[in-house]
Amino acid sequence: MEYFINIGILFCIYAMLALSLNMVVGLSGLVSLAHAAFYGIGAYAVAILMTAQGFNFWGAMCVGMLLNGITAFIVGKILSKFKGDYYAIVSAGLSVIVFSVLLNFKSLTKGPLGIYGIGKPAIAGFHFYSSASFLALAFLFVVLFYALFVLIDKSSFGRALKSLREDEVLTVSLGYKTTKYKSLIFTLSAIMAGVAGSFFASYIAFIDPTSFQLAEGIFFFTMITVGGLSSAFGSVVGAALLLTLPEALRFLGLPYETAAQLQQLIYGALLVLMMAFRPQGLFGKFRV
Amino acid sequence: MTFNLKDFKSIDSGLSKERMDVFQEGLDAVSTLHLSKAFQGIKAVNDLSISFPLGLVTGLIGPNGSGKSTLINLLTGLLKPDAGSIVISGHAFSYIKPYKLRKFKMARTFQDARLVEQLSVEDNLLLGVAQNKIEKSLFELSTKAYRKKLEGVLIKTGLKEHRFKKAEELSYGLRKLLEIGRALMQDADIYIFDEPFTGLSPKMVDEVLSIIEILRLQAKTVILIEHNMGMIEKLSDYVIVLDHGTLLASGAPKDVLKDKLVKEAYLGV
Repeated sequence: MEYFINIGILFCIYAMLALSLNMVVGLSGLVSLAHAAFYGIGAYAVAILMTAQGFNFWGAMCVGMLLNGITAFIVGKILSKFKGDYYAIVSAGLSVIVFSVLLNFKSLTKGPLGIYGIGKPAIAGFHFYSSASFLALAFLFVVLFYALFVLIDKSSFGRALKSLREDEVLTVSLGYKTTKYKSLIFTLSAIMAGVAGSFFASYIAFIDPTSFQLAEGIFFFTMITVGGLSSAFGSVVGAALLLTLPEALRFLGLPYETAAQLQQLIYGALLVLMMAFRPQGLFGKFRV
Repeated sequence: MTFNLKDFKSIDSGLSKERMDVFQEGLDAVSTLHLSKAFQGIKAVNDLSISFPLGLVTGLIGPNGSGKSTLINLLTGLLKPDAGSIVISGHAFSYIKPYKLRKFKMARTFQDARLVEQLSVEDNLLLGVAQNKIEKSLFELSTKAYRKKLEGVLIKTGLKEHRFKKAEELSYGLRKLLEIGRALMQDADIYIFDEPFTGLSPKMVDEVLSIIEILRLQAKTVILIEHNMGMIEKLSDYVIVLDHGTLLASGAPKDVLKDKLVKEAYLGV
C-alpha cells in the first residue's frame, strides 16, 4: 500500500508540473523548456530555508514562489521578444543557468552533495509526516491547479492566449497587449512549478541538482505532449502515463541498465508516434 | 483630375438629409498627413494626405500594389510609418500601438480572413470583445456578459448553425463572414473591410450588403476596399483611388469612376 501511496505523491507532483507547463505551452503556444529551473528554485528555496533558516514549509514555499515569480517576470519580459524555436532555446538557457548555479554555488546549495533533512509541512500543529496525509495535501494542490487551469481556459484571458498561440499579429490587431499576456502566463506557470518543487523537496527530504536538469524539463514537456496540449485532463493523464511507465518496466524484471535504456527508447518512440498520428496528444485541444 | 472634399460637398450625392448633415459638418474620422512607408526602398505609401469622412462609406480602390493594404496596416498600428502622421477622431500621432487604438473603436478585417483556426466560431467572435485589463480578463467568463451581442451577430452573419464549429472547418465564404462578425462584435465607430465580397455566394453577398447598409444607417464610418466596381458604386458615398502609394483621385463614385486617370491606372481602359 505504501508503494502505491508513494506513486500517488509523485503523480501529484508531476501533475502539478504538467498542469503549470501546459498553461504556457498548450494554452499560449510558448515552447518553454525553463520549467525544470523553476521546479528547482522552488525545491531549493524550501530545502535551504527549512534546513538552514528555520522556516516552516509554508513560509519557505511562499519565498520560493516569490523568487520564481520575480525570476519569471524578468526572464518572461526577455522571452516575450522571442518566438517559436528561439523561445525554446532561450528558455532552455535558463534551465542550464539555474542548474549551474545549483551545482556550483556550494556555500548556499551544497553543490553536488545536495541538501538533506528537509522537513514536512504542518498546519495548526498537524504534521504531514505520514505518506497518506502528504498525499492528501498534494492532491488538494493538484485540484487547485486543475481548477485554475480550467478557469483560465474558459476566461477571456485564456481565449486571448489561445489566439496569441495561433496568430500573434491577429491578436495584436485586436488590441491585446500580447507581451503582457505572455509574461503573465509564464510567471504564473513558474510560481506553480515552484509549488511542485517545494512538495518534491519536502517529500523526498533530500535534493541535489541532478533532479533539476534540462532533461527533466524535456520530460515534463513529454508528459503534456502525450497527455494533450491545452487540456487540463490531458496534463494529468500525461503525468500518470509517464510516471507509471517506468514503474511497469520495473515489474518486467529487466536489469536496471536495460530498463533505463528501454525507458528512454519508449519515451522517444511515444513522442514520434504522437507527432505522427496524434499531434494534439491523447486529450489535446490544440494541434501544433 | 483630383477631387477634394470641399468640391465633393457641392455634388448632389443622393444622401439622405441626416447623413448629408453629418457629412456637411466636414469632420474626418481618419486622415493621413504626408504619410510614407517604404519596404526595401520601394515606397508603398508615398507622402499620402487623404481623409476618410466621418459617418460615410468610403471606397478605397486602386490596382494591386497601389498601397491599400499598407495604408490600412499603418492606420491600424500594424506598421510603423517612416514619415507623416495619422489623425483619428481628432487625435494626431505618428504611430500608435494597436492596443491603444482600442479607445478609438476601430475594427478591421483582412484580405484573407485571419481567424484563430482551432477555436470555435463563438470563441472567434468573442475575441473581439474581451477585456484588455489582464487582471480582470483572468476572471472574466465573458460569454455570459456578451451573450446578447453574440447572438445578434450570429444571426446577422448567418453563422448561427455553425457556432460550435472550429474556424478551420468553415468554407471560404463563411470565414469571411466570421471575420466581419468579429468586427461587428467590437461595436466600433470605424470599420475597415478589406475585400469583404471576394469569394462569397450570392446569399452571403446579400448578408454583407445588409450589414454595411445597417452600418450606414447607424452613421458609422466604413472604409471599404473592394475590386468590384459595381459594389463600390453601389455602396460608397465617397471614393479614394490610390496608385503607387499616392492619391490618384477622390470624390463621388460616379465622377471618380469616370475619371480618365482612374480608368487608365485601374481599369486599364
